[in-house]
Amino acid sequence: MRNIVIIAGKEIQEGMRNRWVLATTILLAVLALTLAFLGSAPTGTVGVGALDVVIVSLSSLTIFLLPLIALLISHDAIVGDMERGTMLLLLSYPVGRGQVLMGKFAGHLAILSFATVLGYGAAAMALGVTGAPIGIESWFAFARMIGSSILLGAVFIAIGYLVSALVQQRGTAAGIAVGIWLLLVLVFDMALLGVLVVDQGRVVSATVLNAVLLLNPTDVYRMFNLAGSANVSAFAGMAGLAGTVMLDGSVLLAALVAWALLPVALASVAFARREL
Amino acid sequence: MNATVEIRGVGKRYGKVEAVRDVSFDLPAGQSVALVGHNGAGKTTLLKLMLGLAHPTAGVIRVLGENPAAGEFAARLRLGYLPESVSFNPALTGREILSFYARLKREPVPKALALLDRVGLGEASKRRVGTYSKGMRQRLGLAQALIGEPLLLLLDEPTTGLDPALRIGFYEIVEELRDRGATVVLSSHALTEIEERTERVIIMNRGVKTADGSMDELRQIARLPTRIRLRFANGGMRLAQDWLGALAPWRAVDGRSVEIDALPEQKIALLRRAAAEGASVEDIDVVPPTLDQLYAHFLEGQAGAP
Repeated sequence: MRNIVIIAGKEIQEGMRNRWVLATTILLAVLALTLAFLGSAPTGTVGVGALDVVIVSLSSLTIFLLPLIALLISHDAIVGDMERGTMLLLLSYPVGRGQVLMGKFAGHLAILSFATVLGYGAAAMALGVTGAPIGIESWFAFARMIGSSILLGAVFIAIGYLVSALVQQRGTAAGIAVGIWLLLVLVFDMALLGVLVVDQGRVVSATVLNAVLLLNPTDVYRMFNLAGSANVSAFAGMAGLAGTVMLDGSVLLAALVAWALLPVALASVAFARREL
Repeated sequence: MNATVEIRGVGKRYGKVEAVRDVSFDLPAGQSVALVGHNGAGKTTLLKLMLGLAHPTAGVIRVLGENPAAGEFAARLRLGYLPESVSFNPALTGREILSFYARLKREPVPKALALLDRVGLGEASKRRVGTYSKGMRQRLGLAQALIGEPLLLLLDEPTTGLDPALRIGFYEIVEELRDRGATVVLSSHALTEIEERTERVIIMNRGVKTADGSMDELRQIARLPTRIRLRFANGGMRLAQDWLGALAPWRAVDGRSVEIDALPEQKIALLRRAAAEGASVEDIDVVPPTLDQLYAHFLEGQAGAP
């Protein structure tokens, strides 16, 4: 346990030093603030939904951005250290490979959480300062959004580790990471949409659709946030979907956790079998 | 007391490549050993096996009483390793990196930081590693290997990139540790500098242990001639030809000097004659075979073997 903390501490230290933390936080804050102010324009001062609109736009942003950031940090974690030769030295110390992986995971997740909480929190604060009325339910939805965003980040950090543990070269890892991002964030949904249009509901029932959506962590995240709260789903245009999607929040959350744990476990196995 | 390192019939293959084949040796406490061989001879693989970073495909290894590959880490607390061409994260300072490794070895950080002065990094340790020269990185690598007063030091090509003054300082540190009872393994192909520093030499060639012993033992096994160079007083050359010719092959270097390659048993007889009255020898140089020559000899011997 202590080793995990030591290694996580070093990852955070490195992240601060090479400006990863700073860059990510600023990027998320700027985008979140922009969305908060541009997004609140259409609601005007009538509705109570200022924060709900922000949740809709921020979670759409998260789906694109957080997986990318997470993969950028994580795809290099194992293969990069091996190529640079730092892994050889580290593993000659009294640390297990599992501890190295968990330490890195904890460190990278801490960096990502810090950036997300601070960046998105800035948007919520700004809204609060401008005096927009925000209901308690909206705050809950916002907290859910931040929490699940971090979880989505954890999923992609885990996927990045798996890639990093399997490939022999850093370049390969980067290429595969970009491919995974394209597949899960863009291609999967478009392909699914195409299938649904062609199929016209003959083969793909609601149950099948639910199961298929669980195969993509970004869709799980989308359902969790956009269909999760009544206010938000109304704005997101997901109210109809929320009716047909039978999966409730806890199932979706469990799916996200599974999506984070499975790749980490596989990465750990792959890393343990690797020859130095 | 048990040996610090016991290696019995160890083999390691990577796919089709046999990096190490049936190697056995013991390293007692307080011995300094040179592991010699050209690139790909299996030196680094042997070190990795001792560290437990690679699992042997045959044989048994015990390091400080443990099987290093079994996932037990008690032995690693007392083990220092300096990898070949060591590297660190360039964004961190020398002190930060050393503190990190000290924590992993459960050593008090201030005690570990004192090592930075010992390897001569003092002020530079507050700068980022990215600004370091190769020699400075190597010194930082040595400092981390020294954390926790190791009982076993494994140094892979430790002096590459060090200038001569630092190299001497480096060997002083190694000797100090050895006197304290640590076993030191140096792998190198800078042979001439190693021979003065180690009690024992293990020569590796294509994954096989080719020779193992002190320099003197190896010289005796190899029976390489000792080179003796004699300088004569004016006119002494002509006289010399009479008594030299019978003893050993010789060749004239210039008008006043000759070089003789003397086999071990001829050496003393030759020197006696050269030092005798009337030989008119002004100066005698005796150069025993160097590690380079021994190394070449053992490699040739193996190449010729079936």
